Amino acid sequence: MTGIGIALSKGRILEETGPLLARAGLSPREDPERSRKLIIPTARRGVRLVIVRASDTPTYVAHGAADLGIAGKDVLAEHGGEGLYQPLDLGIARCRMMVAVRQGFDYAGAVRQGARLRVATKYLHTTRAFFADKGVHVDLIRLYGSMELAPILGLADAIVDLVSTGKTLKANKLVAVEEIMPVSARLIVNEAALKTRRALLQPLIDGFARAVAP
Amino acid sequence: MRWLLPEYIEDILPAEAARIERLRRAILDLFARARYELVIPPLLEYTDSLLTGTGHDLDVRTFKVVDQISGRMMGLRADITPQVARIDAHLLNRKGVTRLCYCGSVLHTRPAGPAATREPIQIGAEIYGHAGVASDLEVQRLLGRALALARVRRPRLGIGHVAVFRALVRAARIGEALEGELFQALQRKDLPELRQLTRKLGAQARNALLLLPELYGGAEVLRVASRRLPGLPAIARALATLRALARACPVPASFDLAELRGYHYHSGVVFDAYCEGVPGAVARGGRYDEVGKAFGRARPATGFSIDLRSLAAAGAHRKGR
Repeated sequence: MTGIGIALSKGRILEETGPLLARAGLSPREDPERSRKLIIPTARRGVRLVIVRASDTPTYVAHGAADLGIAGKDVLAEHGGEGLYQPLDLGIARCRMMVAVRQGFDYAGAVRQGARLRVATKYLHTTRAFFADKGVHVDLIRLYGSMELAPILGLADAIVDLVSTGKTLKANKLVAVEEIMPVSARLIVNEAALKTRRALLQPLIDGFARAVAP
Repeated sequence: MRWLLPEYIEDILPAEAARIERLRRAILDLFARARYELVIPPLLEYTDSLLTGTGHDLDVRTFKVVDQISGRMMGLRADITPQVARIDAHLLNRKGVTRLCYCGSVLHTRPAGPAATREPIQIGAEIYGHAGVASDLEVQRLLGRALALARVRRPRLGIGHVAVFRALVRAARIGEALEGELFQALQRKDLPELRQLTRKLGAQARNALLLLPELYGGAEVLRVASRRLPGLPAIARALATLRALARACPVPASFDLAELRGYHYHSGVVFDAYCEGVPGAVARGGRYDEVGKAFGRARPATGFSIDLRSLAAAGAHRKGR
């Protein structure tokens, strides 16, 4: 396909990207939250939004199915970022990736070097690397949602998940005990596309940079 | 389903096989006319020699088996370039300039990029024993002619130079751990991360490192670089080399001073070739003067290798239109 595709996900990323898109002259011609279309033209000719699942954004861009994308740092860390440039922190969709446990659980005691911990998460690579750095063995349990249940029902000792306000943790009697990384959304660019179609892409990247700058 | 092949491994069927073979012959003939001598290194050798001086990446990408005769570990080559360097250093042992070329299958434990095969066919050419920009230019011209044979659409060369980053690291006395992190961030053009990493460095090093990701584009980038990067002799030499390439490059070129692919064994110019219709690079090359040292004989070396399968596919893509 000719033209330029920008991959992004519905929900929080799209919501908070809206004003940026408007400032960069890329407002969608239809409301993506209401439309069932997955490819939506923007105010700029030849530039379209591609609506994907959040964790798929780096995959679409790395394969060149979209030239640009907007993805959370959490998703990028998990994907590995191979084949992608990530030149710009958009400063939106901010939260933190954290380890959380049941209230009263002795986390400090449980992560002594050489200890073993059962951790439920959807961020397998990131979690494995984080605990390997600390010298702690982990048995990973892959979950797709409602992580908070795992420690309550004894499925896992700890979870690794995103925390923004901490309300969900609190409501389920969990506490965040350690931060893995601060998370915000990044603009990502396909490496080969930037090399072969720079004249088309660079103005868009600059447009985002200007839209982010206060 | 007993006839299913492993993931990312496939049969090449007649139409594609014919295209690949035609292109292989045409490119090898081109190399022969340019006086590159063909060598055929073995499919597998002891990991001791196969992986000497090549870095961790290649080790992870190499399939390994135990030799039933010697009990030693052998690797199935994941890259032919180090084998050819070994041949130049050890077997030929010539004094003057040697030009070698090769073509063969390599195996990767994991696909090298999105949707890449695990069994690329690598075809390439190398010049040993010449350190000047003339040999860098010669291999780029040869690559340009090979791309023309494949009739790809809008070929482009992305050119970088690892000595710029290396000189900045040395001048600022940056330790190995931080160097590794800076390298990663530069490869991703990850400016927010670079700002974090360079916080504690001196102003000169910090400003220069933060400038690198923005130094990409046409030849004008080189003018900005010589004006704004520190006046270290190694940087001046690197920029002079790039300017010479910019003047004479046979294919439209863009420059990228944060491009550090193969930083661990490359020592000078690095380049990638791209064309329309292929999501990744179809060829990669550069200068690697130090690689022979691992075989006891450091010789200036420069060359490139093409992924023959994706190049043939790119040419076919064009005919289809």
